[in-house]
Amino acid sequence: MGAPKVEGFSSALIPLPAENVDTDQIVPARYLKVVVKSGLADALFHDWRFDEDGTKKTPPFVLDDPRYAGRSILVAGDNFGTGSSREHAPWALDAFGIKAIVSTSFADIFKNNALKNGILPIVVDATLHAQLMDVARSGDASQASVDLASATLTTPSGAAVKFAIDPFAQKMLLAGLDELEFVRSKEADIAAHERAHPSTIDTKAHRAIQ
Amino acid sequence: MAKTIVQKIWDQHVVSQDEGAPAILAIDLHLIHEVTSPQAFTGLRARGLKVRRPDKTVATADHSIPTTPRNLPIADEAAATQVKQLETNCNEFGIPLHGWESPNQGIVHVIGPELGLTQPGATIVCGDSHTATHGAFGALAFGIGTSEVEMVLATQCLLQRTPKTYLVRVDGRLQSGVSAKDIILALIARIGVGGGTGHVFEYAGEAIRALSMEERMTICNMSIEGGARAGLVAPDETTFAYLKGRPHAPQGAAWDEAVARWRQLPSDPGATYDKEIVIDANALEPMVTYGTNPGMGLPISGSVPDPATERDPASARALARALEYMDLTAGQRILDQPVNTVFIGSCTNGRISDLRIAANVFKGKRVASGVRVMVVPGSADVKRQAEREGLDAIFRDAGADWREAGCSMCIAMNGDQLAPGEYAISTSNRNFEGRQGKGGRTFLASPLTAAATALRGRITDPRTLA
Repeated sequence: MGAPKVEGFSSALIPLPAENVDTDQIVPARYLKVVVKSGLADALFHDWRFDEDGTKKTPPFVLDDPRYAGRSILVAGDNFGTGSSREHAPWALDAFGIKAIVSTSFADIFKNNALKNGILPIVVDATLHAQLMDVARSGDASQASVDLASATLTTPSGAAVKFAIDPFAQKMLLAGLDELEFVRSKEADIAAHERAHPSTIDTKAHRAIQ
Repeated sequence: MAKTIVQKIWDQHVVSQDEGAPAILAIDLHLIHEVTSPQAFTGLRARGLKVRRPDKTVATADHSIPTTPRNLPIADEAAATQVKQLETNCNEFGIPLHGWESPNQGIVHVIGPELGLTQPGATIVCGDSHTATHGAFGALAFGIGTSEVEMVLATQCLLQRTPKTYLVRVDGRLQSGVSAKDIILALIARIGVGGGTGHVFEYAGEAIRALSMEERMTICNMSIEGGARAGLVAPDETTFAYLKGRPHAPQGAAWDEAVARWRQLPSDPGATYDKEIVIDANALEPMVTYGTNPGMGLPISGSVPDPATERDPASARALARALEYMDLTAGQRILDQPVNTVFIGSCTNGRISDLRIAANVFKGKRVASGVRVMVVPGSADVKRQAEREGLDAIFRDAGADWREAGCSMCIAMNGDQLAPGEYAISTSNRNFEGRQGKGGRTFLASPLTAAATALRGRITDPRTLA
């Protein structure tokens, strides 16, 4: 527990030039048989990183390439995080040390799940995306930086670019506030709505199937 | 102002909205399963909170459980722990559980409708991206992450931004041999896997109206494969006829009142959408996917596309990679491609009507030699019904494997999986790399196409069956 708090960070870029990266690649389903959130760093992109016998692929997948070690900003292709709703995807990214993903778009559920774990899905236009991907692929160690308060991405070449972020998520992350507690603070509204909108769905009023 | 069904359901469920914040949306039904809920219950305990509305929450075990006979223990220790944890959590928090040995167990998106819990106009969520299935009843139903599962358990509400709307109008009539699955695969092939991002699909038009509830569920189920978290069909007489008399459906006067309310749900004439698309059902063929996302699909008479003719370099790269993974050649026909395995089941196509279609193809025949055919009912109830109709005997006599209910090889968490390099034709919803087993290769298709393919061991156009 504990709401994530994000202010800003700097890192050189990691390239992942693939479109429509699905959450089955981010964390294969066989790693979902867990009852805790921790310990998923090795599950991250497992089948792209490891051979059948569990050794790292040669040449290594980008996350295991020594040139990119310790970096925390991933530049990925369009529609990152498509597919399954598994929050194990951002848990694994977080466990590995990824703090932001830069793409031209994100799948809806992944975007929500990432923000709830303090990982920033940063959308940039196609031109800037292509530039950042080139920089990342070159291995250039110049740093990009992210400032959440101003929603600014400063590129390795020093250009400051504003990015769109849900203003509510931004406020909560900056202050380290908990969304669940925010909703609980509306208890009176919730109770009033329940009284005014009785539902015919009752999971406990069960008659056996004939 | 004329409203869409999505706007009507939305307006009825907004509890409150602070300036600049998302709406607090009331949730009518929360479905949970063993894989995406344990961490949410851990969070509740750490906060010292209860489940606010256990009477609007229901659980089942479906993803990680084996489909072998239920009198055997769960051999996979991690899966057994997860199922046990679900039982502990449901007991502790007072949540009704249709556990893995229950007569009402099944895939969460199959049992909600069959129990009559899925009702028009409701907001329905589940830690599962195929929750849009319930949209077939005119419910606003969508998948959520585990943090959101925790929030709904604690508050029966979610923080949500108003979705955009996307009208998918399917005109005309389906030709013989073409089914609901082919409609949704054709839509996704046209708009791509990100085409519906940020939107809710409303499926409408003559061809949708003509579909049964189970067929509508197949279409809504794969909304997420087109990028939309939710997809729905306005309720009509077909919806009410399906629901009436089900265990959790309203009864007597409450039924009449409910139906009167549900009749107000369809989108008003003149309501506008953020996006629209029209599909001509008459022109559709059976569809098959050839690549590694559900948007990589083609009419069964078609040929695998060539990366060299892709204008966008990123798409060309993605296509080349997909063909390499699938070990297919640009320009080759998809017909007659050999398969090792046929999977009939899942929340997309594991309902009784799907099994009847497959059994009708298999009756009095044998599946091709060397081809493994796995038939997995979507729920224990579907299994019982199939056995009452003698479908299990048809499957067994044809050489197919008749299993217990669960997600099975759709997600391949439970030991039902492809070997590396194997090809499957599957009635499920995802053909991602390794989805049905590490290194496995998946062709998505309808139950009819999958069953026809099982007889020959090669991708077969069901319209050519004698």
